[in-house]
Amino acid sequence: MDTESTYSGYSYYSGRSRGSHRHGERSRDRHKSRGKDSRSEKSVTITAPPAEPLLADPAVRGEQVQDDNWGETTTAVTGTSEHSLSQEDVVRITKDLEESVGLDCRRYLGLALAVVLGLLVFLTPLAFLALPHLLWPEKLQSCGTACEGLFISVAFKLLILLLAVWALFFRPPRAGLPRVFVFRALLAVLVLLFVASYWLFYGVRILDSQDENYQGIVQYAVSLVDALLFIHYLAIVLLELRQLQPCFSVCVARSTDGEARHYNLGQLSIQRAALAILERYYCDFPVHNPALLSASKSRAAKHLAGLKVYNVDGEFPEAPAEGPGNNAAAAAGMVQSQSRAMIAATARRRDTSHNELYYEEAEHERRVRKRKSRLVVAVEEAFTHIKRMQEEEQKKAPGDVMDPREAAQAIFPSMARALQKYLRTTKQQHCHSMESIQQHLAFCITNNMTPKAFLECYLTPGPTLQYGRDHWLARKWTLISEASVTSGLKDGSTFALRCLDFGLVVTTKRIPYIQMSEEYIDPKSHKFVLRLQSETSV
Amino acid sequence: MSKYIPGQPLTAVVERIEIQKLRQGDNLILGFSIGGGIDQDPGQNPFTNDKTDKGIYVTRISENGPADVAGLREGDKIMQVNGWDMTMVTHDKARKTLTKKNQDVVRLLVTRRSLEEAVKQSMGKKQ
Repeated sequence: MDTESTYSGYSYYSGRSRGSHRHGERSRDRHKSRGKDSRSEKSVTITAPPAEPLLADPAVRGEQVQDDNWGETTTAVTGTSEHSLSQEDVVRITKDLEESVGLDCRRYLGLALAVVLGLLVFLTPLAFLALPHLLWPEKLQSCGTACEGLFISVAFKLLILLLAVWALFFRPPRAGLPRVFVFRALLAVLVLLFVASYWLFYGVRILDSQDENYQGIVQYAVSLVDALLFIHYLAIVLLELRQLQPCFSVCVARSTDGEARHYNLGQLSIQRAALAILERYYCDFPVHNPALLSASKSRAAKHLAGLKVYNVDGEFPEAPAEGPGNNAAAAAGMVQSQSRAMIAATARRRDTSHNELYYEEAEHERRVRKRKSRLVVAVEEAFTHIKRMQEEEQKKAPGDVMDPREAAQAIFPSMARALQKYLRTTKQQHCHSMESIQQHLAFCITNNMTPKAFLECYLTPGPTLQYGRDHWLARKWTLISEASVTSGLKDGSTFALRCLDFGLVVTTKRIPYIQMSEEYIDPKSHKFVLRLQSETSV
Repeated sequence: MSKYIPGQPLTAVVERIEIQKLRQGDNLILGFSIGGGIDQDPGQNPFTNDKTDKGIYVTRISENGPADVAGLREGDKIMQVNGWDMTMVTHDKARKTLTKKNQDVVRLLVTRRSLEEAVKQSMGKKQ
């Protein structure tokens, strides 16, 4: 922000429509003359490769336009209303509407089934105990002491079962997976079969024959509850314990910039492994910044644009000179010879682009370091303007006292320009809005953090979760896998997780089987001799 | 120098060297230094290829001393001193044998590689 924009920080809050149009025009002019890096970025994003889905284009373009000069250009693009939506918002809302019905149905269906099964399981022992009293009370033997002791046991075991089931199964779902969770389905089927068989036995042998031995019935109910507790133990082992021991080492690489991490996973199905990987992706990987990739794209474009193939001899009159998109058979052969000619020509010409790259990168490095030093100095100076008020000073000058947010707003303008220039040089300007910076500043002031601590989150890109929701764009991930997603991880299995802007490629390697043998060393066997080397003169 | 096999007789071409001890103050000196012995580390012997040879070797000769005058050379292996065997002795025993105060003269049998080669050459020529 330049000298005249000390007002623009405040006009962000006051009437935007008042000053926006004027600021917008000026900022647009300033925008064009700003620098060659922003110009090259703009030219690349307009010619985005056609392979990417159409929905990605407005997302990237939307980000590009709202990068500089917070509070100035946001309204210039969309008009004068405060509640305008950019195109990406519209796209996102329509997508949400489409998906929400399907997903919610599945989720609620699963939840409903689980609740029904739980109720069935919980009420069955109680039914076993209560039905004899209801159906043939006069024939029933009275319940002795041992029998009543069993009542207590049934009650407590049911309570434990209830708590255990609540702890294991009734947790907020972390994600919606593409296929049903195989182990849970198996367990549900097992429980259902089990309870059904118990009901069958009860119905045939006890209800039909109206058994009078109530103690036997109570013991039968106790055995049911015991078996249910064992099934719950099986559920814990299958669902929780089995995957804890690391078995595989997976390498997760981001397709756009090659950022890779290695994680250790246990025996999981591919979809559960993908879920674990995605959760760790949001916590570990630095945020995906498409602005950093524009330089290599422009270099690639320059390589292709350098050569054009012209057909001088006119041998294939029906096909035009260029255009790999033609579907004439002759054009296919021509395209092959064209591409071969291009490859040969590029190999022959003396390419100095590596030289340009080297100097460009050195220059960029120098510029970043210079801006960083200016930023550090500006921030340190800004922090010296405020200090925490001590208790004794509270009596005097109540008018000057500020809360953290006001203090942040007071010192923000003196560092705003340096910070904005630094963010623009490192192409992070769309990751941090002015609001978020002021919030962070207020947070740092409240917690007595030093200027260096305040700057840390701007100097290095943090994990995706650190940034606001609009950068957590990829709420929908697609799992692409050759093997079935409910099959387990195997050595050498690969799959990919794709969202709109980029993809994560995952490869698995099994941790090897280790054969260890032992060797016993007697502590008395540690003996040493001196290496003597005397030379005596005689 | 042929490799020594324990239990087998050792054959070597030797040279007889007689050294007159020189009196220096209270001591009788011979003018050379020895190294080696059965209690020493044979791997660090620079004068032989056989790194298990624990014999006594001449490591240094002082200029114009009695040993130099008598013809002893650096790297010689001392086989006998005055009839006493030097191939299987400790370092200290070798020193004591050489520096007996009541002897003015020591008669050494030494062997070196050049002797063996000279003999081989002459034998070869003869054939």
